[in-house]
Amino acid sequence: MIRNPRDLQRYTAGERANHWIVGICFILLALSGLAFFHPAFFPLTMLFGGGTWTRILHPYIGVVMAVFFLLMVVRFAALNLIESRDIEWLRNVNKMVDGNDHDMPEQGKYNGGQKVLFWGLVLGMVLLLASGVLMWRAWLNLPVDVVRIASVVHAAAAVWMIGLIILHVYAAIWTRGTIRAMMYGTVTRAWAKQHHRGWYRKMTGDNN
Amino acid sequence: MSLQSLDIKRLSATTTPAPQARTPQSGEVAKLIDVSKCIGCKACQTACMEWNDLRQEPGHNVGVYDNPADLTENAWTVMKFTEYENEASGNLEWLIRKDGCMHCEDPGCLKACPSPGAIVQYTNGIVDFHEEHCIGCGYCITGCPFNVPRISKQDHKAYKCTLCSDRVAVGREPACVTTCPTGAIVFGTKQAMKDHAETRIADLKERGFEKAGLYDPAGVGGTHVMYVLHHADQPSLYADLPDEPKISSMVSLWKGMAKPLAMAALGVAALGSLFHFITKGPNEVAKELEDEMDRKDREADAAEKESQP
Repeated sequence: MIRNPRDLQRYTAGERANHWIVGICFILLALSGLAFFHPAFFPLTMLFGGGTWTRILHPYIGVVMAVFFLLMVVRFAALNLIESRDIEWLRNVNKMVDGNDHDMPEQGKYNGGQKVLFWGLVLGMVLLLASGVLMWRAWLNLPVDVVRIASVVHAAAAVWMIGLIILHVYAAIWTRGTIRAMMYGTVTRAWAKQHHRGWYRKMTGDNN
Repeated sequence: MSLQSLDIKRLSATTTPAPQARTPQSGEVAKLIDVSKCIGCKACQTACMEWNDLRQEPGHNVGVYDNPADLTENAWTVMKFTEYENEASGNLEWLIRKDGCMHCEDPGCLKACPSPGAIVQYTNGIVDFHEEHCIGCGYCITGCPFNVPRISKQDHKAYKCTLCSDRVAVGREPACVTTCPTGAIVFGTKQAMKDHAETRIADLKERGFEKAGLYDPAGVGGTHVMYVLHHADQPSLYADLPDEPKISSMVSLWKGMAKPLAMAALGVAALGSLFHFITKGPNEVAKELEDEMDRKDREADAAEKESQP
């Protein structure tokens, strides 16, 4: 694709790198975590050098993810505060899902769905980090009742997180012209005007 | 270690039947520990160390007889001493319980273990850890209602009493049974042990222990290590032996319903996305918007040329 110099910068190199560090950690954590969760997925431990290596690595990868996730929250939290137009967008989300986005209210850099996803991931990350640390027997040996609750919370939060990421990835695939924003940072003006008109106005000063 | 590949009832993290062609025709085995006959000599601890080649570092005397103070990866059985002032009889009773794996019929450790074949339950009822498959996660500790498995600080594998599965496999009784000088520990088929317990309980009742009884808790489907207790109505008197042990509801949820529910939820998300794409098609940028931007580009280029003659 020939890149137009008038394309809009959506993500800086730092933001992209941060996103992909979290993304890689997430994929590794999901694969190794599923291996412990369900016998059907136990063979995935072979990707990490066997069961014992998977058990050793999983929590450390989790710590790396938590640190870079926190950095992303610092970068993007202010842009994800829910506004009244987001509520309106969410009310009409069924039209969006139906493929008819003409009547959707104007959106800023993120739409209501993206913002809900953002806070959903924050919730998942907090629960995973807290429960994961409580289960980390290499370092801690806590009362068994605490570990039992943590184990259930960890599994539930992980499923919540994987589910949200499936939706996140699908939304990026479904909405054409989106993935390049996270690959090399820019989107076309037409993409911006269609999906994030408020952000498009702000970036171009074009108010027609 | 895997000595009997044909007589396995259950394997951890395995959803298909284990090889179980051989089943003990005389019934499952059990060890019966008669607490009322125990003199606290710790010969069983020594025999366990000797047979299994284990040496627990001596600990510190903290004013009780328990040594070591608790089960460890090197101490698979430990005598727990309790001084109990029986208000009804006015007696001071010295309750000595040999602690260790209870070899549950419904083992919480096996249910929780994520590694296929790291924990096995033989058809004779013995629950054994196969450490070569252990990944060291400690889920067995999370699953155990009796707080028995211990992770080794040396190799980070989980260890516990094997009920001398290697000895039993060749027709011998566990080492602790062989060595017990008072006959407080006996071994045989589960039914024989229950029958033996009956006579002991009748004897204890005759001698004033009206609540004497057998500890074979139904909450874990019964156990293959059973106790004769003088106060069977209060197991927790005996160094916190659980009154009504069962697999925690948290563990049952985690290793039970959570698995199919989670798989269904994630499957719906993934397949739902795919079929959404197939039925609705991609969310493309509108042609008129792309044309509009092309027009703007041409206008801007023309303006640029004019300003640079």
